[in-house]
Amino acid sequence: MDFMRRTLLKGAGAGGVVGALLAAGLLRPNQVFAAEWNAGAFEAKSIADALKAIGGAGTEGKDIQLKVPDIAENGAVVPIEVTVNLPNVQTISILVDKNPLPLVASFNFAAGTLPYVRVPIKMGETSNVRVVAKADGKTYSVAKEVKVTIGGCGG
Amino acid sequence: MADPMKIRAEMKGDTAEIRVLMAHPMETGQRKDAKGQVVPAHFIKTFTATLNGKVVLEGHLNTAVSRNPVIGFKVKGAAAGDKVVVSWEDNKGDKRSDEATVA
Repeated sequence: MDFMRRTLLKGAGAGGVVGALLAAGLLRPNQVFAAEWNAGAFEAKSIADALKAIGGAGTEGKDIQLKVPDIAENGAVVPIEVTVNLPNVQTISILVDKNPLPLVASFNFAAGTLPYVRVPIKMGETSNVRVVAKADGKTYSVAKEVKVTIGGCGG
Repeated sequence: MADPMKIRAEMKGDTAEIRVLMAHPMETGQRKDAKGQVVPAHFIKTFTATLNGKVVLEGHLNTAVSRNPVIGFKVKGAAAGDKVVVSWEDNKGDKRSDEATVA
């Protein structure tokens, strides 16, 4: 394999041809996104505005399991794990109340995908982490405080 | 061009547990460099995961997702040999797509 690649490179005279071939094999046309990146919600600077932009916090959701560390020593990587024990979960959004841009991420689930997601996030300071889930057209949310020892927003 | 993603997909019972490491700086746009200049935001905005060509998860991210994030999710009713394709696009229009097979 290595030998072949070497002769190929030699034969082509330049790596450019091989590089282009590799890129062609690796790159695929992008999928069509069902929903647009919600700029209004992601660029909101307060938790109230962000919640409003995603359609409110809804009622308290006892069926949302939010696994976060009580204390995050490194605010640059705070692991978040969310499981929603409800049928027909459409979206799960993760917000951090005191981050400069509170809405961190939003996930849309297809029918066969379990309402579970794990994602590492940055936190600037000690704050509530909030999860808003939409299931069967209803909205539920939970919040948990994470104490941050060293902030993750740099500066 | 961005580094390839690392995709792990393993069957646990009838569910595929999928973890994707997206190599990306995920710059917040809040950080300043040594000269005191603000480093412009550079982050993955959207990603799509498909299983055998069918969309299973779509994620919209903001600057507060960690650098080189590992995102985990689970798909019910998958089978070993199924093809997982993950594609992302960042705020500068850079794109990356990688695939793996469910083991």
